[in-house]
Amino acid sequence: MVEICVCVKRVPMVGGSILVTPDGLDVDVSMSGFTVSPHEECAVEEAVQITERLGGSVTVLTLGPAEAAGQLRDMLALGAGRGVLLETDGAEWGPVATAAAIADAVRDRGFDLLLFGNEAADTGGYQVPVRAAHALGLQCVTGIKQLQITAGDGDPAGIVASREYRGADEVFKLPLPAVVSVKEGINLPRYPSLPGRLRAKRATIDTIEPSAGKDRLHKAGLRVPVTSSKGAQVLGSGAEAVPALVGLLDELGVLP
Amino acid sequence: MNDIPTRARAVIIGAGIVGNSLVYHLAKLGWRDLVLVDKGPMPNPGGSTGHASNFIYPIDYSKMMMELTRDSTEQYKQLGVFTESGGFEVARTPERMVELQRRCSASKAWEIPAEMMTPVQVRELVPFLDESVILGGAYFPTVGVVDSLRAGTLMREHAQSAGALTVLPNTEILGIDTANDGTGAGRSGGRVTAVRTSAGDIETEMCVICCGVWSPRLARMAGARIALTPIVHQMISVGPIAKFADTPGEISYPIVRDVDLNMYERQHGGDMEVGSYAHRPMIVNADSIPSIEQAVLSPTELPFTQDDFDPQLAEALELMPDLLGDERAGIRYAINGLISMTPDGHPVIGETPEVAGLWSVAASWIKEGPGIGRAAAEWMTSGAPEIDIHESDISRFWPHQLTTAHVTARASEGFNKMYGIVHPGEQWESGRPTRVGPAYDRERDLGAVFYEAAGWERPHWYESNAPLLERCEGRLMPRTAEWESRWWSPIINAEHLAMRESAALIDLTAFAVLDVSGPGALAAVQHVAVAQMDVAIGRVIYTSLLDEAGGFRGDLTIMRLATDRFRIVTGGATGPMDLKWITDHVPAGCNAAVSDVTSAWTTLGLWGPRAREILTRITSEDVSHAGMAFGTCKEIEACGLTVLASRISYVGELGWELYVPMEEGGKLWDALWDAGQPSGLIPAGIGVYGTTGRLEKGYRAFGNELTGDFNLVEAGMTRPKVKAQDFVGKAAYLSQREQPPAAVLCTLTVDDHASSSGELRYPLGGEPVLGPDGAVLTDSRGRTSYVTSAGSGPSVGKHILLAYLPAGEAVEGRSLAIEYLGERYPVTVAVAGSTPLFDPANDRIRC
Repeated sequence: MVEICVCVKRVPMVGGSILVTPDGLDVDVSMSGFTVSPHEECAVEEAVQITERLGGSVTVLTLGPAEAAGQLRDMLALGAGRGVLLETDGAEWGPVATAAAIADAVRDRGFDLLLFGNEAADTGGYQVPVRAAHALGLQCVTGIKQLQITAGDGDPAGIVASREYRGADEVFKLPLPAVVSVKEGINLPRYPSLPGRLRAKRATIDTIEPSAGKDRLHKAGLRVPVTSSKGAQVLGSGAEAVPALVGLLDELGVLP
Repeated sequence: MNDIPTRARAVIIGAGIVGNSLVYHLAKLGWRDLVLVDKGPMPNPGGSTGHASNFIYPIDYSKMMMELTRDSTEQYKQLGVFTESGGFEVARTPERMVELQRRCSASKAWEIPAEMMTPVQVRELVPFLDESVILGGAYFPTVGVVDSLRAGTLMREHAQSAGALTVLPNTEILGIDTANDGTGAGRSGGRVTAVRTSAGDIETEMCVICCGVWSPRLARMAGARIALTPIVHQMISVGPIAKFADTPGEISYPIVRDVDLNMYERQHGGDMEVGSYAHRPMIVNADSIPSIEQAVLSPTELPFTQDDFDPQLAEALELMPDLLGDERAGIRYAINGLISMTPDGHPVIGETPEVAGLWSVAASWIKEGPGIGRAAAEWMTSGAPEIDIHESDISRFWPHQLTTAHVTARASEGFNKMYGIVHPGEQWESGRPTRVGPAYDRERDLGAVFYEAAGWERPHWYESNAPLLERCEGRLMPRTAEWESRWWSPIINAEHLAMRESAALIDLTAFAVLDVSGPGALAAVQHVAVAQMDVAIGRVIYTSLLDEAGGFRGDLTIMRLATDRFRIVTGGATGPMDLKWITDHVPAGCNAAVSDVTSAWTTLGLWGPRAREILTRITSEDVSHAGMAFGTCKEIEACGLTVLASRISYVGELGWELYVPMEEGGKLWDALWDAGQPSGLIPAGIGVYGTTGRLEKGYRAFGNELTGDFNLVEAGMTRPKVKAQDFVGKAAYLSQREQPPAAVLCTLTVDDHASSSGELRYPLGGEPVLGPDGAVLTDSRGRTSYVTSAGSGPSVGKHILLAYLPAGEAVEGRSLAIEYLGERYPVTVAVAGSTPLFDPANDRIRC
């Protein structure tokens, strides 16, 4: 039996090009809407698979506005059993405050494993899992692409977690409870079934006021960098194109 | 790489199913130098075609849509992209079971195979359907699915390989240039001169907008309006479905329309696609449709709003519990899809009234796409599409109907009725009232039950006439069955009887009135009317308008008010189309102005044996039969007003249409009302004017009997001679007169109204006419016989039907049958031709 809490974040859905609102503060989602970060979706899938094998339950937790309950229900539809919403007014919380609020919410709740996505799709801070682990006094590994629960005497004793780094696998062994952040590719998340979706709709979501935190990091604004337009550039034709081609290959660093 | 041409015969914008079909058919009709532009890539530029559910049911409430679907299906089959699957409409309510039966009978009129099935029989064909939740179903074996993207590609490439077409994908339209150089024939926006694109400018005189949801934006670039709105239609795809793992191809099971719940389920390979028209109407502002770069999937596949679909999830699960309840089958595709909707549900096709050379071919479903492309191409080429698409004519809209508010309100109202049970008399609610005549308040105080036509509130009958019911007891032909009695009242028949006994006052303000004036006025009307128009001033002429192929294009009256002024009076619903038609056909060099003066004049009709008695109480002018013959008009002084009186009658009684300036209509009403009381004058509504009166006289109605499919000979409306002057459709008409007609318009009466349960039933129109073998009658040109108009004939005590019959069956006294709600009712041919059932000698009119 493993009690798992997966933390997810409500992030904008975007297409090929991203729009910023006229005040320059937010991504314009009027044509796209919101979703859960891809790494986090994989974290939920991982948790559900673990509990399907070993028993236990999966709680999904988010810090966000009331609408973030929608993202929680999407995760409940994948098989998570409980939803917890740390409800904010929608303002952006920095990583310090977020991690502190999460730590306060999960402390002493008996979770064996605290899962995160490696970084949120919008802010890409990489900090919340580590800061949360620190606040809770737990060990933490990040960037994980493979996860196994190792057995103790009837109870899970620990985990073996691995990730790639420069062509090699780094393997970590940790005792539980622990904090792990995973990366997309650790599994292929399932699609929600109809019954799953209907159960998620009926499920209760616990709404809690998050403990207020302090961040020294404030968002000043968003700027979409100018990208060159896509297109094919003709280097030349026949033998005349060779110098330009060689120059390009050299630039790419593929020449010996 | 396509080199962008600097000139084109036509620039077609939009490479969805419609644009692709249009260029294909134009090329087939000999057009060259065509350019097809789309801002997206081929083969799927990201419009509604790209995510369509791609299935085709052959039956529709509209004959036009049914014909376009039939033609499109034929085209899809020829392209090799049609797969027959069969399809059901299942019933969850008893009312729906009745409706399905009605659909099956209506299908017979169009030779569409259809049969009713029990829940167990439905399950035999759809084994994963829980038959305990349905009451039964209608099965349409010829339902199928198509690959619309492939079809469009084949059609486009065909035009290209014929050397007729240049395709410019990934190219944006920057503007549509127009010029106002006097050649635009009265159009506010002039005419098209060029299309500017991100790849360069193209000189052209013809620009066709086939852009689906983007069409209004494109039209606005040129100063025109297209009355459609983008609207969301949710669909999901669930899979992998265990049961579909081993089925071959795209579809092996019939499609199910769960019509009471506004949903459908269709197999798509290993998935089950579930679509819904049950959610709240979600209008999307065209300006907030994402670009291809901004879109997550595509511009017309918007992010799914889960909450809106959840009730439908439960309902789908109820219908197909094991299939869709499998935990291993996930919702792996879910979108808020964008489609186009118009205020009346019909496409928007034709040259815009505002800008010459700017055409719209928009708001089509996959199931009509190829057919619409062909019809539009024929229209652009010869002016007469083979399929009568006047109900899709872009010029049908009055100004208020073009507003965003109207379009979105009606689209929202119509959305949840997509699979609804549509009653022929059903009324819209949103936006009403908009157009009201000067007598509106008086009519309301008289308990008028208002129906809307062309935005006008018209009394259909008056509750104040309820006391007449007792007087007319025994002659009212009451309807006990709920369906026929809906949107109807026996008061209509009582008003009819009272009119034929005394007189009726009928508000006809909704008439469209068009004045043709100038030195060339006679030439202008002469050119479009079948009838001779060079008549004495003060004559009223009833005439048809024909298209180049000799089919009906209009049906109206024309008064000659002066040497150089003619006043055309036509139905409110066809006014704008008639205006455009007449304007477009003013001969070149002819100095004539055509103007819409509908809002300047109000019309009250006064008819009945006592009409003259009443009129003479308010005028001292000579309105006797000698002083004012039938078919004449003149200005008279009456009740302190100058009134244009026109002595004609669509109800077959002595009387007049009385025209005064709009602002004086109240006074005229009051004067007639007071003068009429001693003579038993009653107010009567359109129930009488549009149905009971005219059916007893056999008067034809445009859109019912008079459509592009039939001609004057078949409708029994020929005159001994054809005028020497040329007019649109003359050649075709002359040739029609030389042959015996393949069909003859007949008046039929119902012999026995008793259904199998003994209840008396009254058909409302559309029923197939059957021969003794029970099969629908078909003429030598392949046209089936169906009831074009149906209604009470209280004065003759019969329920009257009009229908075209094959010439061999058009014999007075012939016994035939109609099928209504699955049962046969015997009918007799009462008149073959146009002789009235009531007062055949027309004594009451000409006295």
